[in-house]
Amino acid sequence: MDAQSTSNDMTVEITDDIIDTAAFVGELRPDGGAVVTFSGVVRNHNDGREVEGIHYDCYREMAQREGERIVDGIKEQFDVRAVRLVHRVGDLNVGEVSLLVVVTAAHRGDAFAAIEALVELVKERMPIWKKERYADKESKWL
Amino acid sequence: MRIDVLLFARLRDVISADHLEFEVEEGTTVSQLAEKLMASRGDERVRGLPLRYAVDETFVPGDYRLRDGDSVALIPPVSGG
Repeated sequence: MDAQSTSNDMTVEITDDIIDTAAFVGELRPDGGAVVTFSGVVRNHNDGREVEGIHYDCYREMAQREGERIVDGIKEQFDVRAVRLVHRVGDLNVGEVSLLVVVTAAHRGDAFAAIEALVELVKERMPIWKKERYADKESKWL
Repeated sequence: MRIDVLLFARLRDVISADHLEFEVEEGTTVSQLAEKLMASRGDERVRGLPLRYAVDETFVPGDYRLRDGDSVALIPPVSGG
């Protein structure tokens, strides 16, 4: 990291709280011309069934460490400045944000490529599991 | 050897525990431990489930040889995001 880097350039957080997207992005140091965010949101249907919400289970200590390893790898692989990731766990309602990631870079191409790779790695490697709750009161691990 | 096994998601539901202690012989690999556990405590909801394994919060391959006191997590297919 260069001398001007601040501690919020690379962060990983697992939280039980509602994710405040504006606050999360607003904390970034304004040194990248490109700021790309991705939000994963609980949708109201899946596989033809009406979804009421999702419970996220998590191996918290490992999710934190695996998230940090993923973020480190993204910083190595792409020409980016800040990489931040927050994943919510517990019980979420339809429309609530489960995953928020943000990448800043000097140029948009790097930021878009990095964020796509980041989200793929989160979905492949972070030990987090979702259980959907349906309108008919059944629930199912995905 | 005594191994602490951490369980999550559907494995925790089926086995009705979030962790348990499991006795295995020297030289046992993590995938052999998982097979024994599935045979004794699993049911049709989790048999054949493709598992990954972690020791000390880091993924390890199935042929990882367990050491006394290891804390092993059985990782069913993840679905975060």
